[in-house]
Amino acid sequence: MKFALQINEGPYQHQASDSAYMFAKAALEKGHEIFRVFFYHDGVNNSTRLTTPPQDDRHIVNRWAELAEQHRLDMVVCVAAAQRRGLVDEGEATRNGKDATNIHPSFRISGLGQLVEAAIQADRLVVFGD
Amino acid sequence: MSEVVKKFMYLNRKAPYGTIYAWEALEVILISAAFDQDVCVLFIDDGVYQLTRGHDPKGIGMKNFSPTYRTLGDYEVKRVFVDRDSLEARGLTQEDLVEIAWEDFETEEEIDNIVEVVDAARVSALMNEADAIFSF
Amino acid sequence: MTILHTVNKSPFERNSLESCLKFATEGAAVLLFEDGIYAALSGTSVESQVVGALDKLKIYVLGPDLKARGFGDERVIAGISVVDYAGFVDLTTENDSVQAWL
Repeated sequence: MKFALQINEGPYQHQASDSAYMFAKAALEKGHEIFRVFFYHDGVNNSTRLTTPPQDDRHIVNRWAELAEQHRLDMVVCVAAAQRRGLVDEGEATRNGKDATNIHPSFRISGLGQLVEAAIQADRLVVFGD
Repeated sequence: MSEVVKKFMYLNRKAPYGTIYAWEALEVILISAAFDQDVCVLFIDDGVYQLTRGHDPKGIGMKNFSPTYRTLGDYEVKRVFVDRDSLEARGLTQEDLVEIAWEDFETEEEIDNIVEVVDAARVSALMNEADAIFSF
Repeated sequence: MTILHTVNKSPFERNSLESCLKFATEGAAVLLFEDGIYAALSGTSVESQVVGALDKLKIYVLGPDLKARGFGDERVIAGISVVDYAGFVDLTTENDSVQAWL
């Protein structure tokens, strides 16, 4: 079956991203497909490559990136939510005259239409949030 | 664009301003118009506060997105529902809510207000028939 | 069509569970996870409400969340099934849609 996941909360602050990751891993292990993981609201904060948790804690951003690498996951960060919260890729940096970028290369910034499209294409939409 | 038409439900259960969920949920609803899906927007619990009249957030330094709800009809949203029990629990009636007009430009069919206050059984039925439920 | 309802908030903090139980219809499934697992424990003030709901709903609790918070299966109300993440995935496929009571 094809899944679309929506993650509404940032890492560490809330369990939503952890739960979604565990769910995604279990779904993939069962042979299901993750059509897209869409990060919305504070969930966009899961995509910053600058995250530096203490060594004895999980690295939520890298963990998503590794899963994406293994399974070619499409991880999309909402552009409007990202701009508000200072999450920037090269394209956005150029467009908005910013002097830095912080998006991890395993994620891509795109529009909200990607969430709607994911829900159309997938058999199930599962939302993780607060 | 996709040929598939799904029943989408946008479920709003949170009050506006205190958190951004209401505003960012509204942004998704506006975008979804471009996808020609069967959209239903439902307000229950504190979500009903999103539709109350007279919002004026100037004093808290925030943008007033309340007028945007009234334009939902222009975004091909025709089905907007509010849970009656949630209204009553908060001392509100339909009179306290904004009106959302709808018009089909091809057939010239017009509806003055598509906001429909419904009972719990109807809310359950709407949820049960949805193919995908967006929660915020 | 059946729905899997997910509740991730403690019933002592929010009304998510209350709303979920109100709107969930006969045959629907409810998964308690994250802080939602506290509703699955016996001896609480919401126990009778949860037990009453078992007449019309199938209720599940996510084992890893239960264990993380220091509770074993023996504290779970009889009639509620403990599942792992694979079981969570199965619940989403066995039902037609998923409603998250955030």
